[in-house]
Amino acid sequence: MALTPILTAHWDDADSHTIEGYRRHGGYAMVPVSFGVHPDDVIALVKDSGLRGRGGAGFPTGMKWGFVPQNTGRPNYLVVNADESEPGACKDIPLMYNNPHALVEGCIHAAYAIRANWAFIYVRGEVPHVIRRVAAAVREAYAAGFLGSDILGSGYELNIVVHSGAGAYICGEETALLDSLEGRRGQPRLKPPFPAVAGLYGGPTVINNVETIANLPTIVRNGAEWFKQFGTEKSPGFKLFAVSGHVERPGIYEAPLGTTMRELLDYAGGVREGHELKFWIPGGSSVPMLMPEHLDVPLTYEDMAGAGTMLGTGSPMVFDETTSVVRAISRWMHFYKHESCGKCTPCREGTFWLEQMLERFEHGTAEEADIETVDEICKQIAGRSFCALGDAAATPYAPALKYFREEFLAGTHTAASELFDPVASTVFAGAAAR
Amino acid sequence: MALTEQTRAEAVELAGRYPQSRSALLPLLHLVQSAEGTVTPDGIALCAEVVGLTTAEVAAVATFYTMYKRHKVGRYHVGVCTNTLCAVLGGDAIWGALSERLGVGHDEVTSDGLISLERIECQAACTHGPVMTANWEFLDDMDVPRALEVVEKLQRGEEVFSTRGPRIGTFQEIERLLAGFDDGLAGEGGKDDRMLAGLSVAKDRGMTAPEGPAESPLAALAQKSEG
Repeated sequence: MALTPILTAHWDDADSHTIEGYRRHGGYAMVPVSFGVHPDDVIALVKDSGLRGRGGAGFPTGMKWGFVPQNTGRPNYLVVNADESEPGACKDIPLMYNNPHALVEGCIHAAYAIRANWAFIYVRGEVPHVIRRVAAAVREAYAAGFLGSDILGSGYELNIVVHSGAGAYICGEETALLDSLEGRRGQPRLKPPFPAVAGLYGGPTVINNVETIANLPTIVRNGAEWFKQFGTEKSPGFKLFAVSGHVERPGIYEAPLGTTMRELLDYAGGVREGHELKFWIPGGSSVPMLMPEHLDVPLTYEDMAGAGTMLGTGSPMVFDETTSVVRAISRWMHFYKHESCGKCTPCREGTFWLEQMLERFEHGTAEEADIETVDEICKQIAGRSFCALGDAAATPYAPALKYFREEFLAGTHTAASELFDPVASTVFAGAAAR
Repeated sequence: MALTEQTRAEAVELAGRYPQSRSALLPLLHLVQSAEGTVTPDGIALCAEVVGLTTAEVAAVATFYTMYKRHKVGRYHVGVCTNTLCAVLGGDAIWGALSERLGVGHDEVTSDGLISLERIECQAACTHGPVMTANWEFLDDMDVPRALEVVEKLQRGEEVFSTRGPRIGTFQEIERLLAGFDDGLAGEGGKDDRMLAGLSVAKDRGMTAPEGPAESPLAALAQKSEG
């Protein structure tokens, strides 16, 4: 499928991050259009579009909004998850860097639809320049009368707060994010109740990903039918695909859902010259890896599930034959252990053991029985924690073992760095790595 | 620097930005770091007072998040991403070279207090790997010589610019921004080839998205309900 620059269409304008740059291409023109209909009509539009959450889980956005009860006596809240931290995921940060106003305008449509007067944009703390730009966009929107009280004379009030996190992957999990936004340790809550019923401060709350919200202005402008011409029946629309790793031109590629990895690789100039694809991961480290034989599987929620993995964040990581699978998995296990919040015992203890056992494979000091022991630990973690971090930690090992068992066997006698020269896998291989 | 009456006034201002003041606790801890360089007992006490918690409750929050430091970091806190993708692309080599050159390891500071090092996790910049940060500003697509050059310049007090942002400020200046006080630098930084990669290919190959209808269907609905 062809590339479809929509959200990215004007990112090459010098002032694409300013309100002038945004309004030049019709930005904020749709705000009065949403205000001209009943909020339920906006929800109906988004439901009809079939838009699914772009943060990883792919939950239908309009349906999520429809769960929010009205007139509970508590205020409703909109929270934007801008805590992009999944290893491999890097599409929300460029979106907020290049066009933060699409996010701000999207917040206006979403908040109006769910009848919220407060919206919070929770941005991970480690991206100061993106925080500057989102905060500047919010200030510009206030100054232009698109935020604050009685917006455009509609009687509707919306306030947006840009909130910086402080370094915790777990806060990308929606209920941990809420606890963090309430000024607590970022630990997940047991669901139900779901945030739509009892979220921020106990009030009905919608939590949406940055890219999901940024889709809204164009859906309001062009309608559900236009949106559904992209993608498939179950995965309508287009997506920012962040292609990284051993490719010639890593970067952001906006294409319809249903585009294949083979096509994305073509746009990205292919696997780096002189090398071949070893494995790739479609949606972040928390989803199972795929092989060259999967290059023609459409990148949709349903087709990725059919291939035993997930579309996730839509951020394919590409690894060539110089990469040690054992080293890759070992490092991810270190990550999950580092980021486990410690609330649930299977995840807290399990990731602790997984990290140590994978290190043994990486150092060539594992025993053959460890192969099954690691598998057993993964099974003890999966499905036994409040949130998906435990499941994510338990995910990468099994497919890696399935496709590359011999590398794990080699980990019983030979270090990964001897089997795979780490210098060869670097982008500056042969130049200045040593 | 220390906590002043101005810090206290700013803390109260931050608390007032939220429907419930406790929500300001993360920004407040950033503010404490901007004033003190670390999360100090005095800073914890200030936060507790402003949002109405005990110092133990504030400390419990402060110790959860990796960006809150209980020991002094350098004037320039340098991070090297060593999560899998960046590590494979060269992050491990960069980490090793910086650590050796500076003589410090993870979470350690040079004796002159200028540079601290941290092995950091995924920074949402995988398309730009291997990635480093200095006071959390991105240094993209690094290699060993450039990483060493960046650190040497910072040590000499020379200007270093983020590859997609402004000149790199001090740790305490950035913490003030993270607390929620703007520094007027949002316009810094130019266009970035990798973020524009798909748009460039689309333009080269004449690919565009199909146009939408002349009028928004939702606008038509509004007119219908008015009529």
